Amino acid sequence: MSPAAAGNGAAPAAASAGRPGGVGGAARSAAVSVRDLAVRFESDAGQVTALDGVSFDVPAGGLVTMLGPSGCGKSTLLRAVADLVPASEGEIAVFGRSPEEARLARDFAFVFQDATLLPWRSAIDNVRLPLEVGGRDGTVEQHAEPEALLALVGLTGREAALPHELSGGMRQRVSIARALVCRPRVLLMDEPFGALDEITRDKLNEELLRIWRETGTTIIFVTHSIPEATFLGQKCLMLSAHPGRVREYVDIDFGGRRTLATRDTLEFVEVTAHLRGLLEESS
Amino acid sequence: MNGPRASALRPVRAPAADSSTDNGRRGRPAERWRRRAPAIVAAVGILALWQGIVSGFGVPTWIAPSPVQVLQVFVERGDVLWTNFWPTLMEAASGFLVGNTVAAVLAVWFVHSQLAERAFYPIAVFVNTIPIIAVAPILVLLLGNGYAPKIVIAALICFFPTLVNMVRGLKAVSPQMLELMRVLSANRREVLFKIRLQSSLPFLFAALKIASTTCVIGAIVGEWIGSNYGLGALILEATYNYRAPLLYATVILGAGMAVAAFAIVTLVERRVLKWKPPEVF
Repeated sequence: MSPAAAGNGAAPAAASAGRPGGVGGAARSAAVSVRDLAVRFESDAGQVTALDGVSFDVPAGGLVTMLGPSGCGKSTLLRAVADLVPASEGEIAVFGRSPEEARLARDFAFVFQDATLLPWRSAIDNVRLPLEVGGRDGTVEQHAEPEALLALVGLTGREAALPHELSGGMRQRVSIARALVCRPRVLLMDEPFGALDEITRDKLNEELLRIWRETGTTIIFVTHSIPEATFLGQKCLMLSAHPGRVREYVDIDFGGRRTLATRDTLEFVEVTAHLRGLLEESS
Repeated sequence: MNGPRASALRPVRAPAADSSTDNGRRGRPAERWRRRAPAIVAAVGILALWQGIVSGFGVPTWIAPSPVQVLQVFVERGDVLWTNFWPTLMEAASGFLVGNTVAAVLAVWFVHSQLAERAFYPIAVFVNTIPIIAVAPILVLLLGNGYAPKIVIAALICFFPTLVNMVRGLKAVSPQMLELMRVLSANRREVLFKIRLQSSLPFLFAALKIASTTCVIGAIVGEWIGSNYGLGALILEATYNYRAPLLYATVILGAGMAVAAFAIVTLVERRVLKWKPPEVF
């Protein structure tokens, strides 16, 4: 990992710090910068355009949620950033690097909707997996202690538990700990709490905010829940469908620390109402 | 997907059982006895009925021996049975080892090379369709009268189910798991050793259970075609000489070998697949 990674999500020393506004400057101070991205797929029925002309920046250390009608390509967008889907047009930069370079450098980690744990490995050994593959032999420098990460996600005492002995929420906590083990600068989360019940989801939302504050990691969080997008995001990227385009990049600011009670405030409801309106127009 | 899988849990009655990780496979002795008693009682009943019919109707021994007569063979001719037992066991075990190893290695190759799979899978299917009893003479001509043809026949009979299951098992990795490994920049070797091999184990053990009994059949069939030792040869000899009690005893010994092999595989499976949630697969 580069020395900048030691700062754990802090913006890399950008030479252009005093020159805001220019596209180049914005790209360099952003954690993730997407410019004119198009993603197309070949199918039997011909070419399908999933994303077209998508441009946005995710500030370093920020938490951006992504919303949109189903099929708008929000997962595809996240996958393009993660080098799981190639860009057909345009550019993606993760701290100035291409998705492939960023993947090889472990600049980002991915959390899937399903916890995707290895069922034969205990919780702690699942967290260790990233340290053992990708040319790493368990002696990775700069990695976080797996035990400390399980404590961070509230699973102290369950280190030896096998995935099938854990609840769905606990399994997702393990997968978040696994994502954090290489101290990624960006955490890409694809509807990670989508399969969980509402009570568990609320709890994990609060804990994710705490983890975000404690680690300083930049987070991009795809969801189909308007309250979740509002509660978590400093910004919310609203996409429209067919093809996926940026509808609006909404700033969300409630002032002060967010708690579950924030959801009952008028400001919160105003934001969700605005997002719901956009969503209805887009679909 | 969500919450602890309900069907994996068994209600714990007061006074609470010891550990939550015990999936209740064993149960208490009384419980075990209650589960097994019907089978034991039925088996004893059938044996008693058999004994009654043979003695009651005065069936000649060379047509059908009574259970007691078969038991007598085990006591009086034990030496003959055991000297023929060991070669067959050796052939079956070697065949099991060779057949399954070759199948597993081929399966790994097939999963990594589509060309290899396209080239050899149809041939494997073709070889499998030839009845083993028809292949046996060919192998005896090729490999002579020693242990070799029997081991190869036993191996051949194990080979195909393991190949098919293992290929399926190695491919039964969720796309998301593969995406995770890609995000981690894992290479194919790491995917094989960290993911594919372990997730193929339930499939492999399903195949090994089949193989554990069929390898004994393979060894015995091999011994029918030109051999003067082993349980297969003893079956032929006993049949030609109308020594029905010896024939029955030999068959029982062969069946016992297969059952023991099956039990061993099952025991190993339980130890190796502790991570497997009981209701999946």
